[in-house]
Amino acid sequence: MTKPLMSVRDLTIQFRTDEGIITTVDEISFDIAPGEVLGLVGESGSGKSVSAKALMRLNAGNAIYGEKSSIILNLDDGPVDVLALRREKDMQVVRGGAISMIFQEPMASFAPAISIGDQMVEQLLIHTNMNKKEAREHSIDMLARVGISEPSKRIDQYAFEFSGGMRQRAMIAMALSTSPKLLIADEPTTALDVTIQAQVIELMKELVDEYGMGILFITHDLGVIAQTADRVAVMYLGNVIETGSVRDVIREPSHPYTKGLLNAIPHLHDLERPLTPVPGDIPSPLERPPGCVFHTRCAYAIPGKCDRDVPSPNTMSPGHTSACFVAKEVRNNEAEAVA
Amino acid sequence: MTSSTHISVKDIGVHFTLGRSLIGKAPVLRAVDGVSLDIPKGCFFGLVGESGSGKTTLGRAMLKAVPITKGHIKYDDGDVQYDIATIGKDELKDYRKRAQLIFQDPYAALSPRMTVRDIIAEPLQVMGITKTREETDNRVREIAAKCRLNLEHLRRFPHAFSGGQRQRISIARALVCEPKFIVADESVAALDVSIQADILNLLKQLQQDMNITFLFISHDLSVVAHTCDHVAVMYLGRLVETAPTRSLFTAPRHPYTKALLSAIPSLDPDDAGKAQRLSGEIPSPANPPDGCRFHTRCPHAREKCKVDVPKWRQMGDEHFVSCHFAEELAAEPAPIAVG
Repeated sequence: MTKPLMSVRDLTIQFRTDEGIITTVDEISFDIAPGEVLGLVGESGSGKSVSAKALMRLNAGNAIYGEKSSIILNLDDGPVDVLALRREKDMQVVRGGAISMIFQEPMASFAPAISIGDQMVEQLLIHTNMNKKEAREHSIDMLARVGISEPSKRIDQYAFEFSGGMRQRAMIAMALSTSPKLLIADEPTTALDVTIQAQVIELMKELVDEYGMGILFITHDLGVIAQTADRVAVMYLGNVIETGSVRDVIREPSHPYTKGLLNAIPHLHDLERPLTPVPGDIPSPLERPPGCVFHTRCAYAIPGKCDRDVPSPNTMSPGHTSACFVAKEVRNNEAEAVA
Repeated sequence: MTSSTHISVKDIGVHFTLGRSLIGKAPVLRAVDGVSLDIPKGCFFGLVGESGSGKTTLGRAMLKAVPITKGHIKYDDGDVQYDIATIGKDELKDYRKRAQLIFQDPYAALSPRMTVRDIIAEPLQVMGITKTREETDNRVREIAAKCRLNLEHLRRFPHAFSGGQRQRISIARALVCEPKFIVADESVAALDVSIQADILNLLKQLQQDMNITFLFISHDLSVVAHTCDHVAVMYLGRLVETAPTRSLFTAPRHPYTKALLSAIPSLDPDDAGKAQRLSGEIPSPANPPDGCRFHTRCPHAREKCKVDVPKWRQMGDEHFVSCHFAEELAAEPAPIAVG
């Protein structure tokens, strides 16, 4: 078996705050292979963005990483231990070098007073051996590649002169121009209209085929995940509660939370079906429930067990695991079948 | 829907002047340009479209929250009748008690310095509906219970609440003066999916209990499909199609509606590719295309579409569309299987 591109083991992230130490991510592990799209799904507060930022060491200074945690990035010239990087200069390899990131709000991610072209050229000068002229030509090529018309004119414009969809395309062009091995896409389509979202998803699929990089795709929209990801990891309050291939997880959800999410979203092929919300609210990270983190909202919770013991991942089928004591029962419960 | 018409919009226009020009006329942005529609009493009426389509402006026009350039809006709730476009100052005061708005972002809509009780009570005091503090408290408690807020929550400040709870507070504030008509502008767009279903169910419940007419503005067709009785689709300031929900989703007539439907990412990972992708983005409303406004992006556009504005015509029971070739396109299969 070839080595995964990115290997995350027992990643724990805590933040030191005025109100005490808050655990946002609790011993999560996942791998991303080259050319693979891993979808990371979860609600706000589930720790998905914090996990992704850890891969680039972008979390704020008050972040504490667990002692057992490791993030290994396997590059052609040997592995990089991301959490062991100490100097800002060394971190360049994970910040724009081998890893690029696309953010949710493209307007907020571009500097407003610097032209798109200058921003694209700047990062190429830092991360590659190109000179200014080559960098500019390469940037124009990339803009054309993501479907921006008249790229040689567009490159001298500013972010405010682009529409929302175009800004996100430019963002993708910029992220890919350094030929990263791993692309982190943090809710890249959430701020876009559905018609533009469909275009951006199409574009990202083409680019994966062409460049063969791994993608960590973060979203709360299971429909977007179904259309883009190969594998999916579902997060809740800092834990990965279910992981597996997209087909397995969406067709045979084996964790009550995954099932709840699928039941809460409208299905167009069955308009009469009632929408079933997941009861209650996501608890504050300051009050993480003991035992299984989901037991406070779970219909299957067994008193005395789920509120005390932490469930370990059960293998449902090869590559498909669910961290639930009654995973098999949840999967086989036809009464609330989904999709 | 046998009941009478609650709101009747006739050829309404909302135009904004862009900047000033010394010579000639300043450019005009027609955010809403000649829209007519009827909302029956007690209806959950959906209004969908991309950003820039004018759906929010139309909703605000119905509340007299934007200046209305032309046309009439007849309001008739059985007790009073107003023409909103020409309503006088005193009548407007009364209208404010009858028509209310629920905003999109529950984090921005609530003052952080007021307790939940004060937030909900404010409309009662401002509009002079209640005379004594006791009466106000009773009304607040009553509506809070209806919106499933605990009484102990009333003493707290908004920061202590999650997104879903905050949206319930916003809803309670809008409903406390017992309005007859509510405009809900993207009221679930900022919420997590597991909470979204809860708020939608609550709105439905309240609509039935209190016999309110709803204008539900959303960009999310799947949410609209599940909650609304009747749907209108807007594009660049004009309506392109209105129909009862089931009819619109099973037999969409306008190419734009079809494209919107097919752009929704399917939950089935194997159900990709057959979707019909729209190219390009919505043009600027300051400079809309001639003829049919959709022709620049329409896969079926012909010469006629570039010149003639399509008529608004009936294509079935309560189903209206503005497309020259709606009959021909009707023969095509629906983009997705809706049931």
